[in-house]
This record gives sequence, structure tokens and C-alpha cells, in this order.
Amino acid sequence: MAVEIRTNGVKPVRNTFGHLARRFGDKPATRYQEIAYDVQPEVNLHYKPLWDPDGEIYDRRRTVVTMRDWYALKDPRQFYYGSYTTTRAKQQDALDRQLDFAEKRDLLRLLPDEVRESIVFALLPLRHYEWGANMSNCHVAAYGYGTAVTQAAIMVTTDRLGMAQHLSRIGLLLDGNTGESLSIGRSLWIDEPLWQGLRREVEALFVTRDWFEVLVAQNLAADGLVYPLFYQQFDQHVAARAGSALSSLTDYLLRWYEETAKWVDATIKTAAAENPENRERISQWFRNWRDRMAQALRPLSQSLLGDASEQALAAVLAQLDARAAKLGLTV
Amino acid sequence: MAADGDRKPAKKLNLKENYALLTRGLGWEPSYQKKEDIFRTVDFEGVKIHDWDKWEDPFRLTMDAYWKYQGEKERKLYAIIDAFQQNNGQFNVTDVRYVQALKVFLNGIVGLEYASHRGFNILGRELPGVGPRIAAQMQAIDELRHATTQIHAISHYNRYFEGMAEFPHQFDRVWYLSIPKSFFEDAVASGPFEFIVAISFAFEYVLTNLAFMPWMSGAAFNGDMSTVSFGFSAQSDEARHMTLGIEVIKFLLEQDPANVPLVQKWIDKWFWRGYRLLALLATMMDYMLPKRVMSWSEAWTIYYEENGGALFSDLARYGIKPPKYADVTVKEKHRVSHEMWSVFYTVRDALGFPIWLPSKEEMDWFSEKYPETFDRYYRPRFEYWRELEDKGTPFRSSTLPKLCQVCQWPCLYTEPDDASEFVHRQGEYQGEIFHFCSDGCSDIFHDEPEKYVHAWMPVHQIYQGNCFKEGVDPSAADFNPMAAALDYMGIKPGVDGGSMRDHVDAQRWESWTARPANMHEGAITDAVRKTT
Repeated sequence: MAVEIRTNGVKPVRNTFGHLARRFGDKPATRYQEIAYDVQPEVNLHYKPLWDPDGEIYDRRRTVVTMRDWYALKDPRQFYYGSYTTTRAKQQDALDRQLDFAEKRDLLRLLPDEVRESIVFALLPLRHYEWGANMSNCHVAAYGYGTAVTQAAIMVTTDRLGMAQHLSRIGLLLDGNTGESLSIGRSLWIDEPLWQGLRREVEALFVTRDWFEVLVAQNLAADGLVYPLFYQQFDQHVAARAGSALSSLTDYLLRWYEETAKWVDATIKTAAAENPENRERISQWFRNWRDRMAQALRPLSQSLLGDASEQALAAVLAQLDARAAKLGLTV
Repeated sequence: MAADGDRKPAKKLNLKENYALLTRGLGWEPSYQKKEDIFRTVDFEGVKIHDWDKWEDPFRLTMDAYWKYQGEKERKLYAIIDAFQQNNGQFNVTDVRYVQALKVFLNGIVGLEYASHRGFNILGRELPGVGPRIAAQMQAIDELRHATTQIHAISHYNRYFEGMAEFPHQFDRVWYLSIPKSFFEDAVASGPFEFIVAISFAFEYVLTNLAFMPWMSGAAFNGDMSTVSFGFSAQSDEARHMTLGIEVIKFLLEQDPANVPLVQKWIDKWFWRGYRLLALLATMMDYMLPKRVMSWSEAWTIYYEENGGALFSDLARYGIKPPKYADVTVKEKHRVSHEMWSVFYTVRDALGFPIWLPSKEEMDWFSEKYPETFDRYYRPRFEYWRELEDKGTPFRSSTLPKLCQVCQWPCLYTEPDDASEFVHRQGEYQGEIFHFCSDGCSDIFHDEPEKYVHAWMPVHQIYQGNCFKEGVDPSAADFNPMAAALDYMGIKPGVDGGSMRDHVDAQRWESWTARPANMHEGAITDAVRKTT
């Protein structure tokens, strides 16, 4: 049989899936839309989870925040798995060149001892902060509602593991790949009194069950203080004394933070705008965790920045409050 | 730290050392909160773990390596999907029956990938060790990848064929899609160790080759470059997941002898549950692929009996026995696909895809592949149904089938030693009677009846009047309960199910491609008859 494929002029019967057509009209959907919307089951769920016999597998009640449509919480970056991994791969390629440069020139090892020691003191315990943030975001991915939220949250989860590993690399550049700085950082995280405030709050997040509260506390309140304080204020402090070797490696963390903040802000802003109860509740969470985190960070900041500490912390707090106010929260 | 004077050159690290250092000691023993308040679900199943550090992350991938490796795979995959769409690759498949198999895939499997993503998210949060959490998180995002790329690979088909446009809606509501849905929700509703034994070991390690090898080869045989590219791209992820499965089992078995009976119970349960789920694949392989790769019976022989046999003899040293009722699967391999296709045929008006009777050529192939059963039991049935179709009085069932309380298949299977007798098992719990398709499912129910009474049983729900759209009035004079239930499920009567001969996909296919909708039966429309 002669095969003749006559495809010219064949018009599609429809342009997209029904659930997307109902949301956006019958036009070709983006790849983000095809995975981000409505893929999570909503009704006719089977069984009671043995780990939560009073709840359902997918359960809106795992946060007190309410939404008419959980898919309003879309990711402005429009990340789906493919665009997420290719974006990160590209960024990592650029970062590898920086790391390679720093390693070949021994940039960090050539810093004066006291500068190296202060970097180890300031940044290496943050590996564990990132690992805590990994767990908090995995909590959101596990118990959040709707594909849009859970897929963004698992991406942030793996991002945080990546950040912990990046900080480890900075440590290895400092200690010549012996891992000594990682051990020091770990002891500081566990035993050093100045670090205990932050560890206490990170552990407090591990027993916070409301996933939206965890999202606000970790990704807005905690990161909103930790990232600018360490990767801007402390980094500038080091740069003023020892040049920009460190900045070339912490810049990656800041770029990541700015990019992820787009998702965090959009999510919180939309939920807060949904109804006054949400706004009130999210604002309370924000204020509570901001104050606890600020208190935990104050002694660290003093130890790292000395006289400049109060001013730096005030600047970071003002920045965070301005951001939260923009999201519609009462600060 | 080394003082300036005696600084040695930086040590060179190999990949394994690099991984070990980058992830080393990330976790810590909490002291401000109690461990049991942080990890609240790890104890209730009774599994004993003495040393979490003995669980090595089998992937040993740092995130940067993961992003680069996966990013490269994604670039290649989307290049092929783009080309497929631009060239209208959907018209290059063998015939339109193949597309019906894709409907089952999109509507029934994508939801499982998402459920798996959620299940591994929970493990990524709840397992106390660093290694296991990282392994679970990577699999969680991999499973998200599979849901995503499956939708993207099949999305283009949806623009040209019926029955795919409402896949999430149907996954939640269509009666036979509760078979896959209940399978994964059963696993996610379990504790973390049962979940990982169920999915990583029983499903991924023991059974996944049955889903991947024949099915993706089937896509390749039938000219579906989009799906086959997804499949091959996912295969390297699956290899990692299978590694996790076997490492988990060995870890659990080595940690404490008290874990052995628990693991055995879960292997028995999830082998049977997985086998019943994959039986759907039996009909796809035998009936829905216009160009067949191998029969279900052959696939089961190679991928379970031979490969699985080797695996379980390896695990014997831990005191693990081959799964209970494995012998029944071997007896059933000569029958399941035919029994299931028969049921699909009789209830075709309540399906989301059209059904056809096997052609003479296909029945001859069945006779060859199923010498013990096909001519004796199924050929006469199909020939009789063909006769009725030719007379214009096709056979159809006017009632819905009775479902098994556990696997949710219609009770369509026959006795292991008598292919002419339906299996009927029933049991009582709290004064109510429950029905099962097999001893395997009956055992699973009786081990945890309090769980399985909460199954959402679609046929029961339809008969109880719970499957109608809001605002439907069952007391109206012209009320048609079956039509109302189909409407609720998102199945359009006369469009989605029915007979392939009359189906709109078949008619469009012939007008678009000038090739028969069923390559074994010749054209059904004048559009093709004129050109061939």
C-alpha cells in the first residue's frame, strides 16, 4: 500500500486540554500551564492516610489559609521541570567557571588567616541552615495543596540542597579540600553559643505543621534576614578588608535568592489578597518569625560586624519590612 | 586550619569523595525539639532502624551534577517533541487504535506519576537520615518530571483525537481509572516504609520493566517518536529508582531481623497489587498495539518469572520468599488479557475510548501465542460477537460490573485452575459484605479491613446516586442514570467510548491520512477506499 500522508491543512479539533481551556480559553497552552494546573486529584480520594487518620491524602485543611482556587498561586518564573533544570544547569556552568578560577588562583586560601577564619565562622554553619530550609520546603511540597505549589516547592527543596553543597565548596576552597572547615562549621552550628539562636528557630520550624506558615517563616522571614545579612552585609565587610574574592562566590547565592523571591512574593501576595483572614494570619506569622529570627541573628551579627552590626541589621530589617508591606502584609 | 607557612597544594577529589564531603554531616541531632516531634511518622509501622547512616544514598549525585545531567536530557527530549509536533508526527503511527492506548496512558498513568511525586515528597520530609531524604527528594522531582514530560509528549495528540482533553477530571471520576488511582493512593496513605517497599521495590524494581520495555518498544514499533523519546529519556531515571528500591530492601532487612516479616508482608501485598495494576498493560500489549512487540504471556515469562526468580533467590539469604500468589500470576498469564478485553468490549459504552474485536489475523497470532487457551475459550466468543455485529445486533452489557474491593477491577478473573469459572470471594467486616477478584486481594483486605472500607468504589457510588453533577434531578421523568453518571465522569456518550468502527477518531484518521483506521481490517470510510 502506498502511504501518502496528507497533513497539509489539517486543523486541530481543539487547541488544549479542557481544564486549561476553561481557565484560559481554547488556545495552545504553555508547557508551564500543562503541568502546573489541576493535575493533583481533588475528589473521590481513597482511604484515610495512616499518618493522618482524620485527614485526606490531599487536604486543604493542612493550612488555615483559605483559597477559592489554589491554582491562583502561580509561579511567575513559569518553571516546569525542563525549564527549571536547564536554567539551573546554565547557571551552574557559569558558577563552575568562578569556582575553577578561585581554585586555580587559590583565591580563598591566600586570604589572611583571620579573614579565612571569619568566613568559616560565618558561612560554614549556614550549610546546616540550608539543610533545614531544604526540609522546610520539602514539608511544603509534601503537604501543600495543588500542583502549582508542590512543584515549585520541590524545586526550592532541591535548590536548598544545592545551596548547602555550594557553601560546602566554599569551605573546601578555604581548607584545600580537607573538609576541615566543614567539621568546624558543623561544631559551630551544634555547640557555639552565638549560633544557637538560629539553630533553635530552625528546629522550631521543623515542628511547625501548617505548611503555609512554614513557607512564610522560612522563605520570607528567615531568608529575608539571613541572605542579606550574610551575603550582602558580611560579604561587604570582608570585601572592604580583603577584596572581592568571596563575593565572586556568594553572588550566586544572592542571584538565586532574588530569583526565588519572585515565587515567594507572588505566592504570599496572592494568598494575602484573597481575604482579610488570610492577610491577618499571614501578617501575624510574618511578624512573629521575623522577630524571632532577628533576635536569633543579633548576637551573630554583632560578632561578625562589630560596631557596624546594629546599622546593618536595621537596614536588613527595613528592607524586609518594605518588601512585606508591598505584599500587603501589616508589618 | 593550616597556617600560611605549611600550606600544601589542594587535595584532588574524586567524584565519590566530592559527594561525600559536599553532603557530609548536613544533618544533626536536634536538641531544642524532640526527635519524635520532628519525624512523626517513622515509628508507627514497627520497623526498627538502628543506624540511619548505613543507608547510603545510591544516587550519589550532587545537585549541580543532577541539574546538568537532567538539563541535557531535557534539551534533547524537547527537541524531539518539538520536531514531532511540527511534522504532525501523530499521523505517522501505525493506525488509530494505537492512539487509544495513549489515552489510557495519559488518563491513567500521569496521575500516578504525580501521586508518586507527592509520596516521595512526604518521604523526603519524614525520613530521619540525610541519605534517605536526599534520595527521596531526587526521586520526588524525577516523578514530577515524568508527569510533566508525559503530558508534553502526548499533548499534541489531544489536539487531534477525542478522549484525552479531560484527563485530570477523568482520573478523579471515571470508574475504571479508580484502578490505578486507588493503587497509588493506597501506597501514599501507608506509612513511609510501606510506601517505599511498595513503590521503590515491588513496583519499580520487580515490575517496572514490564511497563517500560514492552510498552516503550511498542511505541517505537508503532511509530510514536514522541512517547518513545519520553520513555528512553525516563529510563535512566528509572535505573536510579530501581537502585534505590533494592538498596532500601537490603537496608531494612539488614537493620533488624524483626523487619523481615513486615517486609515480606509488604512484598506479598504490593506484588499482587502491582500485578493487578499492570494487567491493564496486558490488554494494551495484546490488543491495542497494531504492531505487537511480544505477548503478555511472553513478557511475564521474561520480566517476572526469569528476572524476578533470580532476584528472589538472591534475597533468600535474608529469609525473604518469593511473593505469595506468584504461582497464580503464572497460571493467569494465559488468560488475563483476553478476559479483560472481553469485559471492556461488553461495557464499551461506558469507556473513554472505543473498542474493537480482534481481526482474523490477530486471532491467529493469539492462537499461536496462547495455544493452551485462546482457541478453546476466547476465539469462539469473539467469533460469536463478530457474528452479532454483522447481524446488526452487537452484544453489550447493560449493567455495570461488580468491582473488587481492593484492586477495583471488575470481578472478571477466572479460577487459577479453571478458566471457565469466575473467581468469587467474599468476606464480612462489621456486618457488611465485600467482594474480591482473587485470594490475593481478599488477603490484602482482611489484613487491613479498616483501610479498605474507605476505598471509593465507583460502581457502588453510581448506584447510590453519588455520581451525578450538581443540579441533576434524579426524580425527573426523563432521568437517565447511566447518562447522568457518564456525564459526571466526563465521558461523552457516542463520542468517547463505543465501537471503533463508528468512532469519530477512526473517521477523522481516514480522512486525514488516507490510511485505514484499523490496518488489519481495511478502511471504514470512502475516503480511504478510493485511494487504496
